[in-house]
Amino acid sequence: MRRHQKLTNILVRSTGGLLLLMLSVTAAASNGFINPAGPIAEALRDHLIFIVVVMAVVIVPLFIALPWTLWRYRLRTKSGSYQPNWEFSWPLEILIWGLPAVIVVILGWNLWHQSYELDPYKPLAATEAPLEIQAIALDWKWVFIYPEQNIASVNEVMIVAGRPVHFSLTSGTVMQSFMIPRLGGQIYTMAGMVTQMNLLASEPGQFRGLNTQYNGMGFANQKFMANAVSQTDFDAWATKMSDSKPPLNSAAWALLAKPSVLPAPQSFGSVAEGLFTGVIAGFTGGHPHMKADGTDL
Amino acid sequence: MGTLTPQDISFVQTFENPVMSEFIDGAAGSVLVLGIIIVTVLLTYYRGWKTLWFDWLTSVDHKKVGIMYIVVSFVMLARAIIEGVLMRYQQSIAVNDPGVLTPDHFGQLFSTHGSIMIFFMAMPFITGMINYVMPQQLGARDVSFPLLNAISLWLTAAGAALVMISLVVGKFSTGGWTAYPPYTGIEFSPGEGVDYWIWSISLTSIGSTLTGVNFATTIYKNRAPGMTLFRMPLFCWTSLCTSVLMIFAMAPLTIATLMLALDRYAGFHFFTNDLGGNMMNYANLFWLFGHPEVYILILPAFGVFSEVISTFSGKTIYGYKSLVVATMSIAVLSFTVWLHHFFTMGQGANVNAIFGIATMLIGVPTGVKVYDWLLTMVRGRIRLTTAMLFSIMFLITFVIGGLTGVILANPPVDFAVHNSLFLVAHFHNMVIPGVLFGMIAGYQFWFPKAFGFRLSERWGKASFWCWSIGFYLTFMPLYALGLMGAMRRTVEWFRPEYLGWLQVAFIGALLLFSGFIFLCVQLVSSVRHRDQRRVPAGDPWDGRSLEWSNSAPPPEYNFAVIPKVSGQDAFTRLKEQGQAYVSPATYEDIVVPKNSMVAPVIGVGAIGLGFALVWHIWWLVAVSFVIIWSAVIARSFVTETERVIPASTVRADHEAWLAQVRECATTPREQEDTSTNVGRAEVLA
Repeated sequence: MRRHQKLTNILVRSTGGLLLLMLSVTAAASNGFINPAGPIAEALRDHLIFIVVVMAVVIVPLFIALPWTLWRYRLRTKSGSYQPNWEFSWPLEILIWGLPAVIVVILGWNLWHQSYELDPYKPLAATEAPLEIQAIALDWKWVFIYPEQNIASVNEVMIVAGRPVHFSLTSGTVMQSFMIPRLGGQIYTMAGMVTQMNLLASEPGQFRGLNTQYNGMGFANQKFMANAVSQTDFDAWATKMSDSKPPLNSAAWALLAKPSVLPAPQSFGSVAEGLFTGVIAGFTGGHPHMKADGTDL
Repeated sequence: MGTLTPQDISFVQTFENPVMSEFIDGAAGSVLVLGIIIVTVLLTYYRGWKTLWFDWLTSVDHKKVGIMYIVVSFVMLARAIIEGVLMRYQQSIAVNDPGVLTPDHFGQLFSTHGSIMIFFMAMPFITGMINYVMPQQLGARDVSFPLLNAISLWLTAAGAALVMISLVVGKFSTGGWTAYPPYTGIEFSPGEGVDYWIWSISLTSIGSTLTGVNFATTIYKNRAPGMTLFRMPLFCWTSLCTSVLMIFAMAPLTIATLMLALDRYAGFHFFTNDLGGNMMNYANLFWLFGHPEVYILILPAFGVFSEVISTFSGKTIYGYKSLVVATMSIAVLSFTVWLHHFFTMGQGANVNAIFGIATMLIGVPTGVKVYDWLLTMVRGRIRLTTAMLFSIMFLITFVIGGLTGVILANPPVDFAVHNSLFLVAHFHNMVIPGVLFGMIAGYQFWFPKAFGFRLSERWGKASFWCWSIGFYLTFMPLYALGLMGAMRRTVEWFRPEYLGWLQVAFIGALLLFSGFIFLCVQLVSSVRHRDQRRVPAGDPWDGRSLEWSNSAPPPEYNFAVIPKVSGQDAFTRLKEQGQAYVSPATYEDIVVPKNSMVAPVIGVGAIGLGFALVWHIWWLVAVSFVIIWSAVIARSFVTETERVIPASTVRADHEAWLAQVRECATTPREQEDTSTNVGRAEVLA
């Protein structure tokens, strides 16, 4: 008897604990997509909650039925009817195949649409043209080039709040994965190839970004800050950069390309012509797998 | 020798650079060396070498091979679980602090932890379990190719030995268990680490391919008369699916590791950044193996749960055909979903959506299975033994893992939680309850069959509570951390809000470790009190399939007379019809395979070959290669590979056992865990 009570107890506690946990996560997560700072991350979070709710339809019955079954059909009291050869029932069979199938149809339908809707390559609907940024993954740092402003920053990226930003990404070293959790999902960066990511920060603020794909000793330190500011502040910052910062020339690049963890973000007032395409061509011998804007050749 | 220098020995490193991380490494190496010395001394003291060699190492008996697989698995589990605890400790103290481990040491730890748990803990465990149980359930005397079976074991053991050697000599890879290039290419990971990974994995993957062929053939060809496919116990069905998956899925892994080796050793450019290499091909090859691998591991555990739940509910399995169809569907679908491991690689939304939906489809047969197990308990008489408790905890925990699996199957959400601790929590949530709990349940269930005495239920339950509570404490916080943006494989954190969660996870890891310790205590305690726990009649749980119809431990040839099968739950039928323990009319000579030293020779050669390749010791490569193939060629000239056990011996042994059984009192299920249970079950009514 005590054994059964113990088991029921642990069941109640574990499910209750899980719910509590999920609630407290929502409150405490200052740093993940669960605390969104832009429409993409918000859509991801809502999609997640939708799946959990739909899945509850098949999961909750088990959490109720299992303890009940263990209690009712326990050996000692011989309370439930004993039918050792009972092995099949059509109504139950249709239910246990049918219900999961219906759920998968619902979730599958939703998945299909959401995959297109939230495709990181899909340009975001907005009145303004997106801010173009080229990102290059190095060991263990991120280089951001602003082709329209002809400036660059390392381990820090400046974006405009309320205006979409379009990242073109590649790697100057091993494969890495680019992510700013509070703004949206992630995408791999690979040498000789270009991937893309469209993001939007709704309000001004500071959001942590990082590489999520293990790439060696400095991996844990490969973080950067994404600063979302107003268009006026962005323009002022870009002008100040052009006026006062050193150029990102081949000497500066050679230094960056060496594996290292930088003590502080760096800024460059101008960028050598064709740096981004040059990094890609360096791996492909001038025959890239894709065009620099990410479209197939 | 080759690239090997004295500085590569871990003790020398500890001496030259006495920091905490090196001390831990040196201590681990010392434990290994000390362990080997103690075992050697004990074997010599108790004059055990002869027994070890003739009764075990050269044996090709599927039961002994199975037990040896499980011994390998336990040894490797001990190491990998300690590594897990160590990583949890490092992360729980490394918030704005470097902690005790260097990034390099931490990288080796998550790589060995993952590689060992998958390839050298879970794989040997399921292979050993199938080896021990499946032929007996089929009413067979052995697997189809007994020597090949031993060779598979020795190839797996050789791989495991290489991983162990890397603890003392040199370093292991830091590329994780997936070893993605270009990071694991020679340009970014020079040195011996990745080579250790490549050769240990290559050896074991070849072993597993051979195992798959062997098991599938056994199930197709070695069934007792009347044992049609649709009368097989579910464990045999899941073994069949696993074997087919092994045959098809191990090949891409072997190819991928060998291509990576060509890149590293011979300057090829399969997966390099430049000169036409493309790492995306590696990702595809690896996961073409990697996803079916998940089902290779979990299907046998599903089989164990089916047997355990049916037996301890005293009831036939609910929805047998439904479960078979579900198992087969899972096996087929497992080949159609590999891309979900890299939704974030930049392919289009349509490709992602198709693989996402295929992934969710697997949820349907899996959900059916969960409800079939539940309905198996309905209208039964449930006994909460240790094996049953593990199975119930599996059901509860596994559906939570299924939920997070469906979440991850959605490409948009995967973009947000890929590479995060949410993912780490998810796959531990599938593999610990799904595979490990299944294997522990199977170990508790079949141990009395293999060794003739029951394991202590008290220690078993202590272990169960540690594993269960430990699991929730360790991995629920990781889900939360993943949603909070914490990534896997991170040696140091910079977010103070992670601290509390990581500390809870560390406490959970300690509980998991206690669960393992209690399993060891259970074994020692049960061995010491084995005389009160003996079950010579062989059927301690009122078992339903044929393996329970012979003695515990069973004779070398399993069945004195091959049984005739007339339906599902073959042994239950015999008991109900009063046909169990009946003396057969006639006995015949039994042919069994002779012992062979070919397998251990190949195993030692394989260790030599792997070690020599890792350290570029080319003469040893040549010597090992010659040893391996000489053994194979020499074997082809051996004509006397079998010996005959005369009918009279079989008769004498079997009749003696039957006489003993008839004297045994039957045990009602209420007294299952008392010394009155000598292995003869009272038929439940």
